[in-house]
Amino acid sequence: MEIGLGHYLIVSALLFTMGIFGIFLNRKNVIIILMSIELMLLAVNINFVAFSSFLNDLAGQVFAMFVLTVAAAEAAIGLAILVVYFRNRGNIEVEQINQMQG
Amino acid sequence: MSDVLTVLPELILAVGAMGLLMIGVFSGDKSYGLLKWLASGLFAVAFLVMIGSGAEQKLAFGGMFVTDAFALFMKSVVLTGAVFALGLSGQFMRERGIARFEYPVLVVLAVLGMMMMVSANDMLALYIGLELQSLALYVLAAFNRDKLRSTEAGLKYFVLGALSSGMMLYGISLIYGFTGSTSFAEIAAYGIGSGTNGLGLLFGLVFLISGFAFKVSAVPFHMWAPDVYEGAPTPITVFFGTAPKVAAMALFVRALIVSFPDLTQQWQQVVVFLSVASMILGAFAGLMQTNIKRLMAYSSIAHMGFALAGLATGTVDGVQGVLVYMAIYMLMTAGTFAVILGMRRKDGLTEDISDLAGLAKTRPALAAIMATLMFSLAGIPLLAGFFAKLYVFMAVVEAGMYWLAVVGFVTSTVAAVYYLRIVKLMYFDEPNENIEPLKDRGIAYVGFVTAALNSPLHLLLIWPLTLAAGLAAQSLF
Repeated sequence: MEIGLGHYLIVSALLFTMGIFGIFLNRKNVIIILMSIELMLLAVNINFVAFSSFLNDLAGQVFAMFVLTVAAAEAAIGLAILVVYFRNRGNIEVEQINQMQG
Repeated sequence: MSDVLTVLPELILAVGAMGLLMIGVFSGDKSYGLLKWLASGLFAVAFLVMIGSGAEQKLAFGGMFVTDAFALFMKSVVLTGAVFALGLSGQFMRERGIARFEYPVLVVLAVLGMMMMVSANDMLALYIGLELQSLALYVLAAFNRDKLRSTEAGLKYFVLGALSSGMMLYGISLIYGFTGSTSFAEIAAYGIGSGTNGLGLLFGLVFLISGFAFKVSAVPFHMWAPDVYEGAPTPITVFFGTAPKVAAMALFVRALIVSFPDLTQQWQQVVVFLSVASMILGAFAGLMQTNIKRLMAYSSIAHMGFALAGLATGTVDGVQGVLVYMAIYMLMTAGTFAVILGMRRKDGLTEDISDLAGLAKTRPALAAIMATLMFSLAGIPLLAGFFAKLYVFMAVVEAGMYWLAVVGFVTSTVAAVYYLRIVKLMYFDEPNENIEPLKDRGIAYVGFVTAALNSPLHLLLIWPLTLAAGLAAQSLF
């Protein structure tokens, strides 16, 4: 079977949906949210690279490089915020992030 | 070389931020006051350079970056908002022990990101600008790192912000795939597409708009706003409420108007939905708030709804309305937060609306400033806020979207209830707590200037403002 653009797009759509569900359904741990965010960004990268190869256009691959860089910066900042939060709260359970509501 | 000249204001901020960081690293937190002044100075220099280079359209870096009248207008509003936020942060940050040198540096970097967003003419430039702004803002929200509320605000903002960036990016990838380009001009030239391509493009457009809606806190992507407004240190909330909202709205307007002119019919429906939902939720949820920072969050959601109504028309007049709205919104928000920072009892700052009771008897000047700003936020005629709404809804009516104008009118009447309740508390209730006299001159200056600009005095300035906004809006079409 020939693997075409559609297959790549379906894989990336599945990964992206898993990422979103990972953020909303997970009730236990903030680290899992960070992993889900990473999964979403990587799904986007698959999209970019697949389109780039399909269109014979380099812009998509350049974009993927930038996304990788920004994702690394984002993960660093996310973990840093998580560490200061943990120092104040003593745990990182999603259900207990509820000091402010309304 | 001409590329470098075009981005000179951004370059000044980028290099300046590095310079400020060096000063901060070598002389520590005692340089906080100096750095704040230097950061304001950088904003002033960038502003002057920007004005000096004029308003004609200039492209740089292969069309990725554009400066035009629209960019000039929005960047001026962003820079003013950032200067107000810095001006309001003296006493508060020192008292809380968070007068750290990182604060001015992060503000400069966030503003650099916002200027990139306003000038972006390519999806890549848009994404990089947006992330530069967001990453700095995540850190700023959690700036009071020893307080649970501040770190929780930072964490919530980070998770939801990263989610929205991801959705926006997914949209960008689809738009790139189905149009074959990331440049706004080429996406516009592609048109609506047909068959699968057209459908994929629409899909991407919807994802892109939901990312933008998050950044301007439009319903149903507003969940972060009340928590972040409440949890973040108040001077940083001022910053959140002014500059990033303006920059995100500029991005929203430019991306939709410039790159999807043929899809206006389609994105109009989404923007109308966002606008109506924001106006209704902002007006009704604000009625139940007791914390004034949360109230301001809902007020800002409602105001974003009004501004989006202008965008929903997709006409020059509508965009002009959005620009005027954002400029006046920035002034009203900065002023109101100046008063909030002035609400100080003997035991420290208070955020309860009930503590404003009888303010007119104990602190008449502060009460007068607050009353002016509340009337303006409510959109009472003769104040600046009224003209902001007037221009937007005139454009909406001209575009024939009567029911949108009706929703706007009804919700602004409902929202007036919570603004006028504050005025009633200040002027007709017995004082229960004494608010201390203002000690911080920054608060007094910002409060006075914004109140003066919102009072009927603004009638002198509204014509140049609308003229500039009109030219700026024209430059997009």
